[in-house]
Amino acid sequence: MIEAKNISKWFDGQRVLYDISATFETGKTNLIIGQSGSGKTVFMKCLIGLLTPEEGSILYDGRKFRSLNAQEKRDLRTEIGMLFQGSALFDNETVLGNVMFPLKMFSKMSHEEQLERAHFCIKRVGLSAADDKFPSEISGGMQKRVAIARAIALNPKYLFCDEPNSGLDPRTSIMIDELLSDITHEYGMTTIINTHDMNSVLGIGEKIVFINKGHCDWTGTDKTIFRSKSQSLNEFVFASKLFQEVKKFLEREYESD
Amino acid sequence: MVVSSIASFGRYCVFISQVFKSPDKWKEFFKRLVFEISKLGVDSIPLVIIISLFIGAVITIQMTINIVSPLIPSYSTGLATREILLLEFSSTMMSLILAGKVGSNIASEIGTMRVTEQIDALDIMGINSANFVVLPKIIGFVLFVPVLCILSMFMGLVGGWFIAEFTTMISVEDYVYGIQSFFNEWYVWYGIIKTLVFAYIITSVAAYYGYYVKGGALEVGQASTKAVVSSSILILLADVILTKLLLQ
Repeated sequence: MIEAKNISKWFDGQRVLYDISATFETGKTNLIIGQSGSGKTVFMKCLIGLLTPEEGSILYDGRKFRSLNAQEKRDLRTEIGMLFQGSALFDNETVLGNVMFPLKMFSKMSHEEQLERAHFCIKRVGLSAADDKFPSEISGGMQKRVAIARAIALNPKYLFCDEPNSGLDPRTSIMIDELLSDITHEYGMTTIINTHDMNSVLGIGEKIVFINKGHCDWTGTDKTIFRSKSQSLNEFVFASKLFQEVKKFLEREYESD
Repeated sequence: MVVSSIASFGRYCVFISQVFKSPDKWKEFFKRLVFEISKLGVDSIPLVIIISLFIGAVITIQMTINIVSPLIPSYSTGLATREILLLEFSSTMMSLILAGKVGSNIASEIGTMRVTEQIDALDIMGINSANFVVLPKIIGFVLFVPVLCILSMFMGLVGGWFIAEFTTMISVEDYVYGIQSFFNEWYVWYGIIKTLVFAYIITSVAAYYGYYVKGGALEVGQASTKAVVSSSILILLADVILTKLLLQ
């Protein structure tokens, strides 16, 4: 479990996060949603430790991130997997090389064991035939899957995903969502996904944190999001005509219940 | 301007303190070191050969044309060619040229890694990204650059020899006698020492600009240009200081 307590962040005197508190539960896909520029990426970077919040604290299963010494932080980072928006695969490494990279750097496995683990992860994300290809030779969806394979190579306790569906077609997006949800439940990870894709919200949002203009305006689940009274959330969620129709339909369903 | 320069220098010092730390995995470091020696050093050999050969030839032609006094011995052309190559060309001029090739390569590679979040990915994994990415480049190029310097000196002299051999401007005997006359071995060491310092400037300054890129492809290009300009100026500055220290 990851807990964020009263996180505040300023950039050049301008406040971008206001006292955000949220709990991200183990074994669930936790979503951070919000409009572009709402501060969700800054919040996620604070959670990972890429940015240091001026106020507040972040606890990884009770371990206060800021209080850890350098070695403890290094150890904690080996428990974290990260899927970046642009995949962030190493250009000069093949698919296999990318997935083996964290194993080579941190595991005490033999070369054969590393290979076995890397092949397992690549197979798990459904990319068995792409071992020797370089990132530039595979599609965006495949790159995301390689990045997921790399992120889970060390069997992390915490998985962070920054807009995993950006730039992908709807079908591939759903495939990535399902993969993230499956591996979260399979390995009992604490997964935090930063997204503004409503398909993800409705598909895998077991816990949702809505951030609006740097404030945490709402928390709930994919089941409760349609019944929210938060105006800012409703404006975000029901921005499209399709979802407005869905809302009307669901409201009629609730009334008939 | 002054404040930003001081801030940049401070940030460079912090960056270098991160770079010069013990690598996380020595095995990976040595693998990357060999790769960087090949990419930055060995791949520069053709450029060094071509430029040195032609510049050596041009220096010989110009010396022959300009030294026409009966009071100056005919072997002076070879002697002057050798001194120019050893003292300035094969160290300073060659380093300025390599600042363009190697410096822009490093700045654009690391800058691209930054904007595509590859550096962040290393940081998230708990790897010292500055050390992992930059140290093999600095060590690799500094280790290999004496080879390039000596090769440049040799090829420059060969370029001059071609002029003596294939033209009637100067005889081969006079040229060979000239390049052997009044030889001061220290000048070779002087050139190598200078090149070592310049290699460090080229790699560390380019890596610094690449590492702190913010934005996208446009900013990577700008960082690459800034890296070449800054390292060229620093090379010239270091040249003055080193010449004063080593030759006086």
